[in-house]
Amino acid sequence: MANPMKVRAAVDGDTVLVKALMSHVMETGRRTNDKGETIPAHFIQQVTVTHKGRVVLSAQWGTSISANPFLSFRFRGGAKGETVKVAWVDSKGDSRTDEAIIT
Amino acid sequence: MSVRRRLFGLVAVAMLASSSMAGASDSVTDAIVREAFATATPEEWRDRLAQDDAQALCSRHRNLPPPEVAAQILESQRATLRLPDDGRLMGDWRAGEKLASIGTGGHIGRIQPDPPGRAKGGNCYACHVMAPGEVAAGNIGPSLTGYGRLRGNTPEMQRYTYEKIHNAQAFFPCSHMPRFGHNGWLTPKEIADLVAFLLDPASSVNAGR
Amino acid sequence: MTWRMRGLAAVAVLAAASAVSIVAAATDAEDHAADEIRKYRQMLEDGNPAELMEMKGEALWREARGPTGASLEACDLGLGPGVVAGAYAQLPRFFADTGRVQDTESRLISCMVALQGFTPVEATRDWYRPGSDLEALVTYVATQSKGMPIRVPVSHPEEARLLAAGGELFFRRSGPLDFSCATCHSQDQRRIRLQDLPNFLNPADARASMVTWPAYRVSQSAVWTMERRLIDCVRQMRWPEPAFGSEAIVALQVWLQHQGEGGELQSPGIKR
Repeated sequence: MANPMKVRAAVDGDTVLVKALMSHVMETGRRTNDKGETIPAHFIQQVTVTHKGRVVLSAQWGTSISANPFLSFRFRGGAKGETVKVAWVDSKGDSRTDEAIIT
Repeated sequence: MSVRRRLFGLVAVAMLASSSMAGASDSVTDAIVREAFATATPEEWRDRLAQDDAQALCSRHRNLPPPEVAAQILESQRATLRLPDDGRLMGDWRAGEKLASIGTGGHIGRIQPDPPGRAKGGNCYACHVMAPGEVAAGNIGPSLTGYGRLRGNTPEMQRYTYEKIHNAQAFFPCSHMPRFGHNGWLTPKEIADLVAFLLDPASSVNAGR
Repeated sequence: MTWRMRGLAAVAVLAAASAVSIVAAATDAEDHAADEIRKYRQMLEDGNPAELMEMKGEALWREARGPTGASLEACDLGLGPGVVAGAYAQLPRFFADTGRVQDTESRLISCMVALQGFTPVEATRDWYRPGSDLEALVTYVATQSKGMPIRVPVSHPEEARLLAAGGELFFRRSGPLDFSCATCHSQDQRRIRLQDLPNFLNPADARASMVTWPAYRVSQSAVWTMERRLIDCVRQMRWPEPAFGSEAIVALQVWLQHQGEGGELQSPGIKR
């Protein structure tokens, strides 16, 4: 499985603020190495965040997202103690899911 | 004086000269430098680590030389000034503009060396504000915006500007500015192009706001 | 005045205001650029990818590895075996068991060799590649000193020797561009292009800078340690590459940390 991501979720007013730091090279497929060879593309394409089985964020990413992406967003309807799951799938079919308890 | 005595005198002078050129300032630091760069080739040592008189003096005095030392440096650096053989002090300002933006060249080592043939430039924008349209300019040196507009481009001004780029320490001992001509970093033609970038009335450096 | 006229007037005022602000922005181009960089840095502070390296580093610290199958949990970083909290704030320092002054990397390598049975070559392999084991370990160790004041010991003769040497090295000029560290780092309020430069002769600047290392460098997609930063500075000076862990690099760190004494560590930082 890919490197773990760091997920935090906290109640903030009437929303839950979710922050996810993902470990990923996010290669665009346009960079070259020291030998001049093109480094193949390898980037997260789909991000899905769920809470109690409901999708609260769905994102389709491309090559403009930088390496080790940091995602931060809010959603309504979450409460302390509940679980938020962040999942990604990349262009090579690799994937990772991590979760956090809402504080 | 006998020939033998004269030779002995020459050898003694040569030994003294080489020891001062090796930077006799601090033997503790010398040993540490030698250890850190033990794998440097003799060429790399000569070109990048060995200190000439000005470098050794400026290091020892932390770039604030007392008056006698400053005078000594001024004199020795003035003696190095060379004008181009073809007498052309002002070249092509557009070529100079390109050189002013190039900051690569001359990097060695295993981690991130420059590929062979990577162009060297003056990297002037690292330290100087120049053409008003270039926002990303440093301030280690004074602003050069309007340099030619303020000074004109008489033969004397061309000569001063050329010499300053060739060896800034001929005018300001222990200046932070690299001695581009004296150290062989820029060719006479490249320096002339930079002179043009500064002095040519049509240059972007002298464009009105 | 009709609503329509009021609306037109409002648009005219807005247009005039924006024209004025565009002119102001053109003449304040430098300030605007610096401002935008400040905003960018603030945005980056939340969610520092260095935290990923910290997690990796902690895992490596606890993992049984190498020929002996031991973890690094008995490693003495200067405050006793296994004490990580506060260690980075007091490094580099003299270690009796190795008989020399060592920085964080050097000390970790000693432990990898002594406790885990790695050879020095194995321990330092690819140290400068983004995401390397050493990068992760130093990030973890440094983060355990967050909030603590920098205070490196300089009383041992070897510590004093390297402190003095570090100061000398800072001013040592050589090479085709006549550079020394002092060329860029000895005056207040200077920058190269738009990159602000700390003046290490100014204690306030030195503190503000030293507390931000190690730092995730966005342009490199990697955490850079102080040793990594110094070795790259030497490269930029057009000198040959200094040996990793050499006394020269440790001496510079002793001097720099001493200049930054008292600063409260914010490690890991985040930078361009």
